[in-house]
Amino acid sequence: MIPLSHFLILGGLLFAISIAGIFLNRKNMIVLLMCIELMLLAVNMNFVAFSHYLGDMAGQVFVFFILTVAAAEAAIGLAILVVVFRNRRTINVQQLDQMKG
Amino acid sequence: MTFELFIFYVFATVSVLSAVGVVTMRNPVYAALFLILAFFTSAATWILLEAEFLGVVLVLVYVGAVMVLFLFVIMMLDINIDPLREGFIRYLPFGILIAVVIAAEIIMVLSSDVFVMEIPKAAPLDFSNTKALGEILYTDYVYPFELAAVILLVAMVAAISLAMRKRNDGTKRQIPADQIRTKSTDRLRVVKMKSEEKL
Repeated sequence: MIPLSHFLILGGLLFAISIAGIFLNRKNMIVLLMCIELMLLAVNMNFVAFSHYLGDMAGQVFVFFILTVAAAEAAIGLAILVVVFRNRRTINVQQLDQMKG
Repeated sequence: MTFELFIFYVFATVSVLSAVGVVTMRNPVYAALFLILAFFTSAATWILLEAEFLGVVLVLVYVGAVMVLFLFVIMMLDINIDPLREGFIRYLPFGILIAVVIAAEIIMVLSSDVFVMEIPKAAPLDFSNTKALGEILYTDYVYPFELAAVILLVAMVAAISLAMRKRNDGTKRQIPADQIRTKSTDRLRVVKMKSEEKL
């Protein structure tokens, strides 16, 4: 029998690791996108755990929608990545400063 | 330690280690493969939580579609990794510090008594998670469900229109708009001319 906090801590650890990943790989756009996917997974873990322990299916419905949005985000993100690479020949985030923001 | 708890620890260890692999791997292909492993073990954890449908969907949608898309893009682009890695060592202590602080805070909060809940009884053998999810999804959440379908459609159109490129290499292709707009007079021209004399 597994207590609820185990699942929540697992989700928290995954989230912390992916935040560290965003700091470490702050130039590689592909790994940044992968870290965001990992973050969404960590959040989904919380939703599923609470859904099970509270006996409420709504949490799983939310995970369903988050998966949908995450898939759309990954598709558009990768399309932008391909366009950026085609125009600039690099995916280094530091060199994408054309807008002078 | 029960067998269930043992299985949970195995999957949790594998998924945390593979998450570390995702953020530290030098080659993005290895990072993507580690991310696949993380998704797979998380799917197993969800099945342990009796969310069988979502576990299977995670494997099908993420491992089967999204991560294949990632690998496709990584292998299609010719990336020079070295300039992307500079600053990794410099930011490593800072990144580890942030991660440890966040993890410590989360663990501190989560180990309080608020999150101690009684462990629910296992669902009966004939209980179908997919059926229960479908029943709530197509009744209470039918409007968000249709909205999600529209989001996917828009994302598909956006991705195609972003990545599509006009070619100038003289390749012949169809232009559907012109094909629809065409009239019979564009195709057939009646020419008046004298009939030829019989020789």
